[in-house]
Amino acid sequence: MNNTWLFILQILTLIVVLGLIYRPLGDYMAHVYTTEKNLRVERGFYRLIGVDSASEQTWPVYLRSLLAFSLIGVLFVYLIQRIQEWLPLSLGLPPVEQGLAWNTAISFVTNTNWQSYSPELTMGYAVQIAGLAVQNFASAAVGIAVAIALVRGLSRRKSLTIGNFWVDVTRGILRILLPLSIVAAVILIVSGVIQNFNPFEHYTTITGANGVIPGGPVASQEAIKEIGTNGGGFFNANSAHPFENPLPWTSLFEIVLMLAIPFALPRTFGRMVGDNRQGYAVLSVMGLFWIASAALLTWLESVGSGTASQLAGGAMEGKEVRFGIVGSTLFGTSSTLTSTGAVNSMHDSFTSLGGGLAILNMMLGEVAPGGVGSGLYGILMVAVVAVFVAGLMVGRTPEYLGKKLGAREIKLASIYILITPTIVLLGTALSFAIPAVEASVTGTSMANTGLHGYSEVLYAFTSAGNNNGSAFAGLTASTPWFDTALGVAMLLGRFLPIVFVLALAGSFGAQDRVPVTAGTLPTHRPQFIGLLIGTIIIVSALTYLPVLALGPLAEGLK
Amino acid sequence: MSTTLITPTDSPLPSPRKVASSFGVRQLISSVPAALRKLDPRFMWHNPVMFVVEIGAALTTVLAIAQPFLGNTVHSSASPTSLAFIWSIAVWLWLTVLFANMAEAVAEGRGKAQAKSLRDSRTSTMANRVTDYDEAGDAGAERADFVQIASADLTLGDTVVVTAGELIPGDGDIIWGIASVDESAITGESAPVVRESGGDRSAVTGGTRVLSDRIVVRITSRPGETFVDRMIKLVEGASRQKTPNEIALNILLASLTIIFVVVVLIINPIASYSNAAQSVPVLVALLVCLIPTTIGALLSAIGIAGMDRLVQHNVLAMSGRAVEAAGDVTTLLLDKTGTITYGNRQAAEFSPISGIAQRALAEAASASSLSDPTPEGKSILDLALAQGVTIEESVGSTAVPFSAQTRMSGVDYADGSQVRKGAGSMVISWVEESGKLPARIAAEIDAHVTRIAEAGGTPLVVARRDSAGKGTVLGVVYLKDVVKTGLAARFADLRRMGIRTVMITGDNPLTAKAIAAEAGVDDFLAEATPEDKMELIRKEQLGGNLVAMTGDGTNDAPALAQADVGVAMNTGTSAAKEAGNMVDLDSDPTKLIDIVGIGKQLLITRGALTTFSIANDVAKYFAIIPAMFVASYPGLRALNFMQLHSPASAILSAVVFNAIIIIILIPLSLRGVKYRPMSVSRILGRNLCIYGVGGLIAPFIGIKLIDLVISLIPGF
Repeated sequence: MNNTWLFILQILTLIVVLGLIYRPLGDYMAHVYTTEKNLRVERGFYRLIGVDSASEQTWPVYLRSLLAFSLIGVLFVYLIQRIQEWLPLSLGLPPVEQGLAWNTAISFVTNTNWQSYSPELTMGYAVQIAGLAVQNFASAAVGIAVAIALVRGLSRRKSLTIGNFWVDVTRGILRILLPLSIVAAVILIVSGVIQNFNPFEHYTTITGANGVIPGGPVASQEAIKEIGTNGGGFFNANSAHPFENPLPWTSLFEIVLMLAIPFALPRTFGRMVGDNRQGYAVLSVMGLFWIASAALLTWLESVGSGTASQLAGGAMEGKEVRFGIVGSTLFGTSSTLTSTGAVNSMHDSFTSLGGGLAILNMMLGEVAPGGVGSGLYGILMVAVVAVFVAGLMVGRTPEYLGKKLGAREIKLASIYILITPTIVLLGTALSFAIPAVEASVTGTSMANTGLHGYSEVLYAFTSAGNNNGSAFAGLTASTPWFDTALGVAMLLGRFLPIVFVLALAGSFGAQDRVPVTAGTLPTHRPQFIGLLIGTIIIVSALTYLPVLALGPLAEGLK
Repeated sequence: MSTTLITPTDSPLPSPRKVASSFGVRQLISSVPAALRKLDPRFMWHNPVMFVVEIGAALTTVLAIAQPFLGNTVHSSASPTSLAFIWSIAVWLWLTVLFANMAEAVAEGRGKAQAKSLRDSRTSTMANRVTDYDEAGDAGAERADFVQIASADLTLGDTVVVTAGELIPGDGDIIWGIASVDESAITGESAPVVRESGGDRSAVTGGTRVLSDRIVVRITSRPGETFVDRMIKLVEGASRQKTPNEIALNILLASLTIIFVVVVLIINPIASYSNAAQSVPVLVALLVCLIPTTIGALLSAIGIAGMDRLVQHNVLAMSGRAVEAAGDVTTLLLDKTGTITYGNRQAAEFSPISGIAQRALAEAASASSLSDPTPEGKSILDLALAQGVTIEESVGSTAVPFSAQTRMSGVDYADGSQVRKGAGSMVISWVEESGKLPARIAAEIDAHVTRIAEAGGTPLVVARRDSAGKGTVLGVVYLKDVVKTGLAARFADLRRMGIRTVMITGDNPLTAKAIAAEAGVDDFLAEATPEDKMELIRKEQLGGNLVAMTGDGTNDAPALAQADVGVAMNTGTSAAKEAGNMVDLDSDPTKLIDIVGIGKQLLITRGALTTFSIANDVAKYFAIIPAMFVASYPGLRALNFMQLHSPASAILSAVVFNAIIIIILIPLSLRGVKYRPMSVSRILGRNLCIYGVGGLIAPFIGIKLIDLVISLIPGF
């Protein structure tokens, strides 16, 4: 079967499965975040941490809780890495070096899961389970909580509060992420993903070569890695490793896991604002980007470039034969569009334009469908800008879902849109502008010289700033500059936008709702879908055209 | 309810202030001095987008001057650095700023012309100030002492006397007397109006002339804050403040500018790694092309022009905020009388009692109306005439005028016979003075009367008594509250735009319902008191609606203040004018619908040009980016879709297009985007097509054409 048919079959399968999940999962999540009933275990937990689950928070308090929670997360993950040698199940590994420990702590708390290290050689089971896996749950729950807070702001009238952070995070973990992860882990185990606490086994082959068979609680980690759009692999090879992703169909299953929550959240949104059509509109924008990008990447990789790939029938370098071109490009597209960052093929080895497309996917701002929660709030922020401009064109001061877009709202949305490009562009530029840094970047970090080397750096900052976590593997990022700069980029790229999202949630919530009349700009029609797509392209993607021209485009259009 | 509106509303006379709104080259050229003055950075600073352009222009100029002395210091492998190129960029960047300032200057210039005519009316006069006004003993100030002071020195609470031929020295209320006043200086309406103390027509405006009689006026404004002063400030744009939506848009434009400043700043560090560093003029050119200069340049002109359009409709908005709110209005409160119906009832039909000829009824009704001076009486004659009935005044007859006691009018003939028309019960008892009416006739009259009342009309019964005194009822005249033509269609348009119309009337619910149905309003408020009106506004606002209304009386003032858009009639009291946020100089309540349209047009123009401006970026990117890097990476030629001649001509073409498009769009920004009431989806679809898709395509064509011209210049 050729790649075209494979692509059509696989993407149709995904669309059908995700379509089946959309309504039940979206409705369930809406229920989770709106019900007043607490589970017994939740009540116990609230009593333990001293939270009154019935009382709600204003946006500054919500933000403070979120930041405190994340700060504790960073400190804990840092600490546990630094004391690794005294922990059980650590495989005798030494403490993680300071810079790397800070980078990794931030990476997992910000839902980025950028890995400047090789997990097999660096992290024992204790750190993996108690540190990294816990943050896989926590950071995902934080993302959803922020999105829900924004949706609450849109759906409420004259409300000073936007929910209770502790309740939202607890419910997200206990009622959504944990059950889904357990089911997914079991399926993965059945399919051949390992789940044990065995130490690494050394063996000698008949030819006398030495080898290592790793062990570990992989399936449990793999499940939340995809469901929470985290992407941090148990092994260095990530989802290309047969113990993480043994079969073509597990690869497809992992794509479903990545996309399930981000694609279902628009339903939750539609549900909570009382108009499911709004959810379908947002879903359509996300879906169209995803399909178009996957098709384009598949085409680029199938055509390949150069004689080698033409002889091989596609650009097979860096791809697993068991997944093939389509299995790799679908995974790559979904992973870079969801801020997951898991890989089952090496993006560094994609064709130049294909690699450029992976970068562009992230540059869209992780909104199609984006990370868990962050995708929804990201696209809603762009929608605010789109509605503002288009709303004027129907002769009303603009409003979105009955909320007026005044100076304050536009200020918050504008700054939100400003943040990520600034982080990505400044980070990349500084890598070349500071002479000492440039020496380290070009001398130590880049595996390739010239354009491709630059693309590796651009990829790194794009991935960090957008909290994706995938990488052009050629880049050696465990240098002081990258550990620090990418750490800062991840931190600012995650929490600065959240500040403005929550502020906007507060500002929407405090507003009354303007009634919908025949004069209101409809935000559920194809017209609006097209408008939102255009806004995302012009406002997000076009910003990066010059830096793309200097790397992937220049390289690919030789 | 306020008192009946006096002014005729259906035929607004052309007023001198409706200056021609054409836009010509001459206007553009005459705006150059003002535009140059606006280059002052202290002024430019208020417009962040254009301020960035000015800095870029200055920087490029300095580089152009320095270039011959420094030699080619910019180590640029790729980008064009010839002196001619740098100077061209510098000049066109200055032109970009200048064009932006011209847009604003032209808009302001039109206001200035209007302000001038107003200022001429404000010539200082001498006022007769009463020194010791005794309100109780000498209300007319007949015996009081006067001092002559300049009108500019009058303050709040002063009392002045104005006699025929004098200019009223300041805004105030008449506290004694009645006078006819020529207000053409303010309204452009040459017919004098009557102003009198007490009631809703007591307000007078400074600068208007008393034509007859003598009045005592209490001044209600401080010096420099009179109505005319405020008008001048408004039309000149001197007191113009950015409206909330304008502020929000400015924020969006500023942050887009910041993003592109970052984009341009980081190019050289990265490009120098690839040995593709760019010269500063090229980077400045890229920046100016990317930031939203088109809308940045035209934004304030659009705002000023919006206010100006209102003034051309003879409406004064007290703030730009009010104009914006007008676009948002979701509920229109319309007074029935004068707005929905003509002020007067008109005869629509003669319904004879069975056995009486239609013609006999028409003749009798006409006869009884011959000397009736009211519009109703006249309309009966007109209707009869239309049916071919004419009546001569017979010799010796006496007209019996309408009186509140009899509630009838008619005529007594010399032979003793009489004809009467009037309210049903009164006419019937007049007839029954000569014997009871047969039950059949009574029932028939009753049927007619009920039918007419239910249809929202007023029944007039016509009867005759012959010389013997025997009475006969002839029939009933249907006096109709005539709904203005074309209103139903306008209300349907409004409904499609999501605006609900509510008719306010003092009539009983039955009549109100009939008229509401005929006019096609969505709802009505019958037997409305000012309190009811206020209540209705509050209720609508509580549901999130924005309410617009008109009013003229003092008792309308609270409702006018409460409404989001309160349009006070110029004939109204100063209390009403203070409370509203707009004043209609023509006192035409129907104009509320136009005001909503103007508000919408202002917002649409703003949105359309913003969309156009942002969509332009795509083409400019594809003109400049390949041009910048093509020398280092020939493969990027593939991005040069437009096949532009050379890097230098490509970059210059983009900059030239960016400047020229401002001039091209000035007329549109002043005139406003065409606006017709239609469904929101269609408006959006249309504007997205023209300004969104058009904004994507237009610069591709424009830049290509300019490039063709520039490529002819040697050195490019």
